[in-house]
Amino acid sequence: MNTMEKNLLAEIADIHEVPEGAYNIRLNGESQGRNTTANIDIISKADKDGIDIIVKPGTKHESLHIPVIVARSGLTDLVYNDFYIGEDADVTIVAGCGIHNCGDQDAGHDGIHTFHIGKGAKVKYIEKHIGEGDGNGHNIMNPTTIIEMDDDSYMEMDTSQIKGIDSTNRITKGKLGDRATLVIHEKLMTHGSQYAGTDFSVDLDGEDSSANVISRSVAKEHSVQKFVSVINGNNRCSGHTECDAIIMDDAKVTAIPELTAANIDAALIHEAAIGKIAGEQLIKLMTLGLTEEEAEEQIVNGFLK
Amino acid sequence: MLELKNITYEVEDNKEILRDVNLTVDDRFVAITGPNGGGKSTLAKIIAGIVTPSSGQILLDGVDITGMTITERAKLGISYAFQQPVRFKGLTVKDLLTLAAGKDTTVTEACAILSEVGLCARDYVNREVNASLSGGELKRIEIAMIIARGTKLSIFDEPEAGIDLWSFNSLIKVFENMYEQNKGSILIISHQERILNIADKIVVVADGRIRETGSKDEILPKLLSGMEYGTCDALK
Repeated sequence: MNTMEKNLLAEIADIHEVPEGAYNIRLNGESQGRNTTANIDIISKADKDGIDIIVKPGTKHESLHIPVIVARSGLTDLVYNDFYIGEDADVTIVAGCGIHNCGDQDAGHDGIHTFHIGKGAKVKYIEKHIGEGDGNGHNIMNPTTIIEMDDDSYMEMDTSQIKGIDSTNRITKGKLGDRATLVIHEKLMTHGSQYAGTDFSVDLDGEDSSANVISRSVAKEHSVQKFVSVINGNNRCSGHTECDAIIMDDAKVTAIPELTAANIDAALIHEAAIGKIAGEQLIKLMTLGLTEEEAEEQIVNGFLK
Repeated sequence: MLELKNITYEVEDNKEILRDVNLTVDDRFVAITGPNGGGKSTLAKIIAGIVTPSSGQILLDGVDITGMTITERAKLGISYAFQQPVRFKGLTVKDLLTLAAGKDTTVTEACAILSEVGLCARDYVNREVNASLSGGELKRIEIAMIIARGTKLSIFDEPEAGIDLWSFNSLIKVFENMYEQNKGSILIISHQERILNIADKIVVVADGRIRETGSKDEILPKLLSGMEYGTCDALK
């Protein structure tokens, strides 16, 4: 790996040297390194690009890193990764994709991630998307995350896309069993003429299942964002979805909530707020000695922190 | 030293919010008081640069700052605590104290300042300054930011507003301590007798004009005896 690729790896997955625990590093469509542990196995798929990750039941406090780097213009990398999380396991999974595109052709990564989370298992899933490079080609990412949660399982998903991705359609689907809990935090920033579409859909099928989907985004310049959040309450359950967006310059943000309660004890809430930075926030920080531009930067960074 | 010379502020239809205000702040602790709607907050905003006067001149240590931006004035040493503090999603108490101090603030330093304003530091230092904080908590954080800055002129716009009486008693001590420890001047807009009572100078603003200026011994007895500074003749 060259320095650029290493830097990108550090940014998306916080990996500086060889990571601890299990990992699979993918560079330009090929595996660059893999490590399995006694409890976490990684197997290449035979029929298509991608891996099966098998976490043994009862695995505690282990981590898995599966970063992807695309550093070649014209390459679109499509992978299918399936995660089988055993009962009562407790793991942290760090995914992430960095694209460095210096050429004139588009570069992309489409990751289809499917989680099968066993009874009582706990997963923290961190996903970071970054694009860079000064070529004319577009950086494109279309991640799909499918989450199937068995009874009493818990999943927290932190997904962020802060810069450099020209076009993205992010699809996340969840299906929850009894007492399962899904928490999703999304952070998004778009600029230039980028487009980011986010599509969440959660089926609260299990009794006392719950979902909390929180999106914070900043849209700058001419960029366009569309946030769709669907929660179906099919049992006694609770669901909450929140879209909070700061709009700047000539950007455009659309938020579309869709709540369906199909059970008398389904409690579903949607909140959406889109607006520019409040003038009084800028003034407050200016009275502390910041310029208007510095104040704006602090507010945006804090909002997406 | 702050000097306001012939400050007038007009809004639409030639309505004057402030009329020919002349004021010198060279004392350590100056309190501005007077009826609501009399122009006190506008005066504070004019000093901080948030509102631009229609005419007149503002001098800070002899330098004309009338045309300066909010940022430039802040850098010259003017601090301004809002009457209604602003909330920030995502920025923590420590973030704001760091921005206020203009340098990296350690947790220990942030905690020391929070303790001064009567907040249990450990509980607050990493809290977001968002809607989860009460009005009283926000006011204290607002004051903490001014302490963190430690500038030569600190302006407080009704620090007592929105604070319950019990909390207010401890807030008085904050200003007494600031008076003792800070070498700069404090300009405070207040209706509270206990704040007026620790002022070196009291300025009464009503109907957009300065009605009276004097030591607390001169002014406070008049205020307490019920002298009218109201804006509506019918109520006098």
